[in-house]
Amino acid sequence: MSTSGPRTLFDKIWASHVVERLPDGTCILYIDRHLVHEVTSPQAFEGLRMAGRKLRRPDMTIAVADHNIPTVGSRIPADIKEEDSRIQVETLEKNVKEFGVPYIPILDVRQGIVHIIGPELGLSLPGTTIVCGDSHTSTHGALGALAFGIGTSEVEHVMATQTLLQNPAKNMQIDVSGTLGFGCSAKDIVLAIIGKITTAGGNGHVIEYTGDTIRALDIAGRCTVSNMSIEAGAKAGLIAPDQTTFDYLRGREFAPKGDDFERAVAYWKTLPTDAGAHYDTIVRLSASDIAPMVTWGTTPGAVVPVTGVVPNPMDEPDEGKRAQLQRMVEYMALTPGQHMTDLGIDVVFIGSCTNGRIEDIRAAAAVAKGRRVAAGVQALVVPGSGLVKRQAEEEGLDRILLEAGFEWRDPCCSMCLGMNPDKLTPGQRSASTSNRNFEGRQGPNGRTHLLSPAMAAAAAVTGRLTDVRQLV
Amino acid sequence: MDAFTTLTAIAAPMPMQNIDTDKIIPARFLKTIKRSGLGIHLFDPLRFDKDGNEKPDFILNQEPYRKAQVIIAHENFGCGSSREHAPWALLDFGIRAIIAPDFADIFYNNSFKNGILPIRLPRAVCDQLIDDTKMGGNARVTIDLARQVVIRPNGEEIGFEIDAFRKHSMLNGLDDIGQTLQHDKKIDSFEADRAANQPWLPSTAA
Repeated sequence: MSTSGPRTLFDKIWASHVVERLPDGTCILYIDRHLVHEVTSPQAFEGLRMAGRKLRRPDMTIAVADHNIPTVGSRIPADIKEEDSRIQVETLEKNVKEFGVPYIPILDVRQGIVHIIGPELGLSLPGTTIVCGDSHTSTHGALGALAFGIGTSEVEHVMATQTLLQNPAKNMQIDVSGTLGFGCSAKDIVLAIIGKITTAGGNGHVIEYTGDTIRALDIAGRCTVSNMSIEAGAKAGLIAPDQTTFDYLRGREFAPKGDDFERAVAYWKTLPTDAGAHYDTIVRLSASDIAPMVTWGTTPGAVVPVTGVVPNPMDEPDEGKRAQLQRMVEYMALTPGQHMTDLGIDVVFIGSCTNGRIEDIRAAAAVAKGRRVAAGVQALVVPGSGLVKRQAEEEGLDRILLEAGFEWRDPCCSMCLGMNPDKLTPGQRSASTSNRNFEGRQGPNGRTHLLSPAMAAAAAVTGRLTDVRQLV
Repeated sequence: MDAFTTLTAIAAPMPMQNIDTDKIIPARFLKTIKRSGLGIHLFDPLRFDKDGNEKPDFILNQEPYRKAQVIIAHENFGCGSSREHAPWALLDFGIRAIIAPDFADIFYNNSFKNGILPIRLPRAVCDQLIDDTKMGGNARVTIDLARQVVIRPNGEEIGFEIDAFRKHSMLNGLDDIGQTLQHDKKIDSFEADRAANQPWLPSTAA
């Protein structure tokens, strides 16, 4: 990374947060925002308790329960039926009281998936550092924040010191230019990117997304792209703040107000990458080459256009890669050469920190309107937050979806990872707007195909993977 | 955290790419508020069938690899979630080192915090070490962190890279928080500057 001369957005945010540089280059990096949830925090609070430590800056910390919450029935923690889930939620509520951490209760309309509510409440601001014990923290990079997931030991480290010990990452630029095709969305962009650079392509890098295709995305679309940076192996994703960002943040609950907002914008305008700044790796994509995408295998990089076919592992020369492809074909119960659109599906999941925003629900409802969910298909729509749910209901989207036979649920991470009762049963095949298709991710022996909200809705109404361009 | 100095141990070969954290420990086992006891769920989908019986073809269900303390794998080990339950499960099973061509960043970090040493070596070297593991129960690999070498059963030494700070912490079993708090005054002055320069940065307290 550059410390003098033209600098990237990442170089600038990094430099402005270094508290101390240790002799081997490891940095003590200051953290502006610590987002806490129930799954990765209990052992960190316990660590503080054992060492007799307090939170250094509870006023830079905010907690919410999102992974274990039921999406139907009572949302009162004491009513959660699965005992271990209930204990995790109740432990969070006890810990936030004991340590004085600001908390958004489950029954508060602002409750939701931590990566949905950060931007939505104006907690995620350009030029800041944001961490959370969750890999999809990369989402908040959509607003020009350096945001990354950390483990529980690091959660405890931030709680105790408001800093992290970090080594600088390399800069990667992914430039997408041109007009996105009909029926394509941010999800298709990021799936195409991962297909191109592979799931390890971003290892050791922070990815900055640039180009007019990215600029044209709204904040929801930018969140979808940055969210899946981690699926490409990157430490974080970044999109330079611009007028779209400022307009989005103005007036949000935790964003600066009045004169402070104008001062903040003046600072944020200094953040974009300088002309001539150095990127270690540069990747270019043309938006016109991107079609609606769908994953066929058990890594997000195993992806093809919906018009494509299941690849043949025997075409792969490398023995190790061939074995992995073979295993994926078997796990997913596919035949090489099979058309993706010939695959029938059992479950549709629309939601998650990747695609649980109001724009995503609008896209699904536009396809669902006037149609019916196919016989034998269960289709869940799980808004990313209480505010998203309320907005959708104000727009009448819930009615459109319910009339089409979709289930309209309460906010939670839900079937993205099945920590609440929403899971695939063994052998079920899903069309899911979430971020991971790993073996067993949505339930033991479940089979996941990742796609956009419009494509998921199209699959719901036809009962098989479908090119949404044929429906709209 | 236990210090890591030298280790001579059985190594289990897992020649797969993208061994993700959902394979290492699925999400349904994350509903614990403790760090301990996760070893029984390590690699659950690979290790056990749907009735909970061991799958005999999985390497850690075979002798002598049941006692393995080292895993040797292919590219992108630990990709996926940030769950520290992954290194907790590995450690609880007895794993103290993982050798692979590369690791997912968060997993790599999490391992050090728990006294598990992740070692990056080129794919060809990993394949050589994987071949070594097939020589039976006496084929042990040695890792000497102070000298930064992996020693093959035939005595050949292979050097590896590691950051000086991480090496020091591992060799001495040092807790990161304690080390950072030695710089407490610097954090105080950073915060004072920040409050003066960016007063618009709001509090999370409602």
